[in-house]
Amino acid sequence: MVRTRRVLAGALLAGMALLTSAGSAAADDPSASPSPSASDGGTGPTEAGTTFRTATTIQPSQRATAGASTGDYLYWVFPADAGQRATVKATVTLPGTATRHGASTWQVDVYDGLRRRQACMYGHQTRKAAADASTVELSCVLRTVRAWSEPWANDPLPGNYYVRLTVVDLPSADLGQPVQTAVEVTAADQGGAHDVDGMLSEPLAPGAASLQQTVDASSDGDSMSPAPLGTEPDDGWASGWWTDRWIWTVGGGVLGALAAVFGYSLTRGNGRPSRVPPGA
Amino acid sequence: MIIRRRLTVGVGILLATLTAGLGTALPAAADETPTKASPKVELVLDVSGSMRTRDIDGQSRMTAAKQAFNEVLDAVPEQVQLGIRTLGADYPGDDRKVGCKDTKQLYPVGPLDRVEAKTAVATLAPTGWTPIGPALLGAADDLEGGDSTRRIVLISDGEDTCGPLDPCEVARDIAARGIHLVIDTLGLVPNAKIREQLTCIAEATGGTYTAVQHTDELSGRVKQLVGRAAEPVVTPVATEGADSCSAAPQLKAGLYTDREKIGEHRWYRVDVLPGQELRASVTVSADRAVNNDYGVLLRAVTVHGREIVRGSESGTGRTDAISSGLRYPKPEQDGTDSEDKPAAETVCLQLSNSFSAPASVKTSPGMPVELTVDVVDAPDDAADAAAFGLGRGWWLLGVLVLTGLIAGLLFGWISRWRIAVWRTN
Repeated sequence: MVRTRRVLAGALLAGMALLTSAGSAAADDPSASPSPSASDGGTGPTEAGTTFRTATTIQPSQRATAGASTGDYLYWVFPADAGQRATVKATVTLPGTATRHGASTWQVDVYDGLRRRQACMYGHQTRKAAADASTVELSCVLRTVRAWSEPWANDPLPGNYYVRLTVVDLPSADLGQPVQTAVEVTAADQGGAHDVDGMLSEPLAPGAASLQQTVDASSDGDSMSPAPLGTEPDDGWASGWWTDRWIWTVGGGVLGALAAVFGYSLTRGNGRPSRVPPGA
Repeated sequence: MIIRRRLTVGVGILLATLTAGLGTALPAAADETPTKASPKVELVLDVSGSMRTRDIDGQSRMTAAKQAFNEVLDAVPEQVQLGIRTLGADYPGDDRKVGCKDTKQLYPVGPLDRVEAKTAVATLAPTGWTPIGPALLGAADDLEGGDSTRRIVLISDGEDTCGPLDPCEVARDIAARGIHLVIDTLGLVPNAKIREQLTCIAEATGGTYTAVQHTDELSGRVKQLVGRAAEPVVTPVATEGADSCSAAPQLKAGLYTDREKIGEHRWYRVDVLPGQELRASVTVSADRAVNNDYGVLLRAVTVHGREIVRGSESGTGRTDAISSGLRYPKPEQDGTDSEDKPAAETVCLQLSNSFSAPASVKTSPGMPVELTVDVVDAPDDAADAAAFGLGRGWWLLGVLVLTGLIAGLLFGWISRWRIAVWRTN
């Protein structure tokens, strides 16, 4: 609703402001394609990492799966850019009820690129699976990522986000049983209302500046790829200059100018001084 | 989208040139030694007498393990150096002293010859005791050398009854050697004691524990673990924080490990130039049984002891680690002469934790700490709440239109009035 209104307003203003091509093309940039990487069919990696350092990279709209043992701590990492609100959804398929001994509680935690825990605004971050449940669905909606924040705040900033999925409470006899997990991250653009001033020089990703380290193979050349340090969105990080506030402000200026012309013309009547006779 | 991308690329190039121009204060983390060696994995297999028990898919545990090993050996990635060690394979007697030393390397760690390895595994027959502790020590020695990642996969069906060497303590000591060694354990029997021991071993080294009930689970899991070892990963550099800032080690950008005991403080120093931003994050792993509530605090402090910024986190319940981080952007210096080279500020990082442990738990060696330090260019600080100070919304439009209208009317009236005045004169 809000988005439609915004897009309409943007289009209207763009038209009025005669920002014909560039303006309107840019207007649908942030809102029309919330998931630029949705095109790859959504299948993601089939393994998960077990520490921050070994976290498996996923892109928004990919579905990552992993087989694991109950009690493992599974880590994934995904990129989120300024203005996006990421939603993490995790599904745990529990082992058969015959081998389980009771209810278990599962939890998904999200950490930012500095490994600071990020709050979930909504969603079932922690959920208890009854003894006879076959799956647990967890979700976490993060706050909207800001382009900049003060260093004393822990607002979400552009960069990498770590997802940790684990069981936090269970009968100890159930430890080590096989489970299937799936994680999916979606990122929705929140539009200009969340565009703040300022910008980080580098996104909060591990080794942003310094760790250009590669792990190369000892003898047989290409068998190992560089160690993954951080991940970035499919189409790169936003440059930070675009915001639909440009359209609003420019459009407002143009409307103001038009209103001024209109107001001026009101004082002029039909263009002829009223005291001048028609035939003169 | 295209505009965005182009600009990003442009900005990227610009940044790259800038950093290059700055002489790159960070020489690409010179202290990060690239792992040249290929990852090493050792499979440690329990060949004790109890492996004869036929309770895995109707066949004996030993048969299941052999079958799994064959599948695993076929699937080992090229670059992994794999070795096999057995425990309890040779001494069938009753002498505990001898039985508890019974561990040997079946296949040396190195490039894998699948046929040879399979033949070696085929000869195994369930025999003796279960000396897990000595086997782990032996395996750690087998994996010595090089700077690669190391992984031990322990498959056992029995509790280590060999004492006094607690295998869990052994595992923690091995991990404390700082050789990036992870021990994953697989238990073949759903027994509380064994589970406790194997989870303790896994926990102590950041590994995982799996309870195996079927052959395919066993082979699938071992394959997965060996595959994990093959994943390229950045190896951290060991450092040792001091108990005061003045004695603290100087860190550059990079990834470090350390150990911190419960209640201990660790200090590190990082140099930050004006116009740079320090980013530090820290993870303290709970590698032993700890009480349910815990926390970590990382403070950036000036050399004079003033706190600049802190990152703190606390948690409750079952966890593998707790982490926090901080950023400290140091503003660009104004009003200095261009000849003056801006002096770097030494920032002290103080790490403390508020873990607590039951009295029975040994506190030494300390808990593993992973510290990442990064120094990047300082951000463009915000001059306004909104991006570029631009406006947005219907109120803005209303105000602008109204202002325009009033201004237009005023100008119109003024000019009419002036014309009228000019005419009357």
